[in-house]
Amino acid sequence: MNASALDKNEYFYGHKACAGCGGSLAVRAALKVLGERAVAVLPAGCMSAVGFNFPQLCFGNNAIISMFAGTASMLTGVEAGLRRYARRKGYKDFHAVGFAGDGGTADIGIQALSGAIDRGDDILYICYDNEAYMNTGIQKSGLTPYGARTTTTPAGANIHGNIRPKKNMFEIVAAHDIPYAATATVGYINDFINKVEKASKIRGTKYIHVIAPCPTGWGIPVSDTVEVAREIADCGLWYLAEYENGEYRLTRDPKEFTSAEAYLRRQGRFKHLTDEDIATIIDSRDRKWERIRKEWK
Amino acid sequence: MKKFLSGDEAFAEGVRLACPEVISAYPITPQTVVVEKLSEMVENGSLDAEFIHVESEHSALSCAIGASAAGVRTFTATSSQGLLYMAEGLVYASGGRFPIVMMNANRATALPWNIYGDQRDSLALLDTGWIQSYAENAQEALDLALMAYYIAEHRDVSTPYMANLDGFILTHTYENVDIPAPEQAKEYLPPYETNNRFDFEHPVNMGFSAGPETNIIFKYKEHRAFDRARGVIAEAEDRFAQVFGRRYTGLLDTYLTEDAEYVIITLGTIAGLCRNIADELREQGIKAGVIRIRYLRPFPNDEIAAAVRNAKAVGVLEKDISFGNAGTVYANVTSALQWGGITAPAYNFIGGLGGRDISADDIRDVFTKVQTGTDRLNWIGVSR
Repeated sequence: MNASALDKNEYFYGHKACAGCGGSLAVRAALKVLGERAVAVLPAGCMSAVGFNFPQLCFGNNAIISMFAGTASMLTGVEAGLRRYARRKGYKDFHAVGFAGDGGTADIGIQALSGAIDRGDDILYICYDNEAYMNTGIQKSGLTPYGARTTTTPAGANIHGNIRPKKNMFEIVAAHDIPYAATATVGYINDFINKVEKASKIRGTKYIHVIAPCPTGWGIPVSDTVEVAREIADCGLWYLAEYENGEYRLTRDPKEFTSAEAYLRRQGRFKHLTDEDIATIIDSRDRKWERIRKEWK
Repeated sequence: MKKFLSGDEAFAEGVRLACPEVISAYPITPQTVVVEKLSEMVENGSLDAEFIHVESEHSALSCAIGASAAGVRTFTATSSQGLLYMAEGLVYASGGRFPIVMMNANRATALPWNIYGDQRDSLALLDTGWIQSYAENAQEALDLALMAYYIAEHRDVSTPYMANLDGFILTHTYENVDIPAPEQAKEYLPPYETNNRFDFEHPVNMGFSAGPETNIIFKYKEHRAFDRARGVIAEAEDRFAQVFGRRYTGLLDTYLTEDAEYVIITLGTIAGLCRNIADELREQGIKAGVIRIRYLRPFPNDEIAAAVRNAKAVGVLEKDISFGNAGTVYANVTSALQWGGITAPAYNFIGGLGGRDISADDIRDVFTKVQTGTDRLNWIGVSR
């Protein structure tokens, strides 16, 4: 499947997302793959804030805002409820899909996500990762990368932005022995939609973690979202992979990385980084890839 | 069929008869027996429901909201800290008009930790937009499980329902309980039908935001649903009497209040002992009466004022304290008295916190103080 073959219908339109929003791109594309029988659950966060303002309601399919910590648990209820309702009314073929941000997934929603995977609930959970609490004004989340300036990790003379690396959600999820997990980026949209399509055909819990740049929070021009989302994978600071049948697999294995420094320097949130900081980031990238190439196929 | 059941077991039997399709629950003492019984019922096939082992109370309610939005009947149960952990979901469920039924085993709230019964958990959450009932015995608990769905799911109401049972005193005390036949329950409670759900023919966006212009309108509608719930509760009880032959008395239950000069107003299991003492006082020529509030929301404002119209003084006995003021029930009752033009003094008696026993002597003392006059706020069994 590629992007040109997608459903021409729009299921997420008329919303108030910022220009260049990577998250809205992920939601739009995923819903086109899943189609009109997708029931979307979105917690408090950017996509619910821009999409559900009564009376301007922007989902063309069935959709609901969940509690912030409750994306996965509400998905569980939606799936169980729809399954029962469908049994009574004699229809089938629906998808319960969640779209939660990085904070909603890796911080406040991780307990509910873990519970749903543990139960093996038949749901698809998509984390659109813009690497901070963007909706509330760019505060640090558990998925904010090392060195990034946010409004709660200011970059000053003493502390150069966020001092902790990104939480490794993909492998945390995989460690539950989930039927299917994948990483993606809106910069490689075909890869993303193929993973969504693949996930939609697997029974049990599925998790897709998609990088979705936020021009406002990242300090990039609104026209650069897709390019930067591609560059993060090209320079090795993100990786495209799957976890299936107990095994990890790279779906893209770059022979050579593009410059991580160039990726960082073009973004306002990393502008303060010293050469030393950048060397630390590159060193951490290299160690990660060494492990990936040794342990994954 | 008569069976010897605890309050928890009786409530579980009522839930079985109501046939919820999705049950999501997390264990907490003294609620556990309910979810254990329901698990057994699902296992042995006497209840055809999805039993979802959620990882927290927050998720229990979140899951129930999701299932309710899909258009099916749901159930959850909790207690104390668990109810407080759900608090965010309570306002969510009521604002979304999801008629979820929850049993709450009334239990003290930490700190200090305490697993025994008082009513500080549910009363702290009185303003979350849930109908709140308080049962007195195991039979009423079972019957309320059925009536809860009738009332919550009624199209004029569409509001979640919290059925409260005094922790241990009711949840773990065994009584002879009549269990209605499934056919009777089916006659009383038809399958859940609603428009407040996902619809593949006409997709809907639910749980949305409403800004300053429209927000108050949604809240007004919620409030109006509670006004309508008064009539629906009466209807639910009339129908219940027709089908099962047991009659309930609406938002409150009065005892000898017609000509009563001294009335104790209370809720839950302690009402029985209050009635015994009222009998004793009547034999001594003292015109004592008792009101048991059955529903804290909607609140029986007019009914209370009418029931105490001949009273010289009123005492409100409750297992709760709103720090810095008085008991929450007292605050509600005095408001009803003021509105109803009742000028008799009302005294508040706080007791039973953390499961402390309220004895017959304590209640005799309450009646004495109501007759002689006392402080506005009185703590039972606490010497200063």
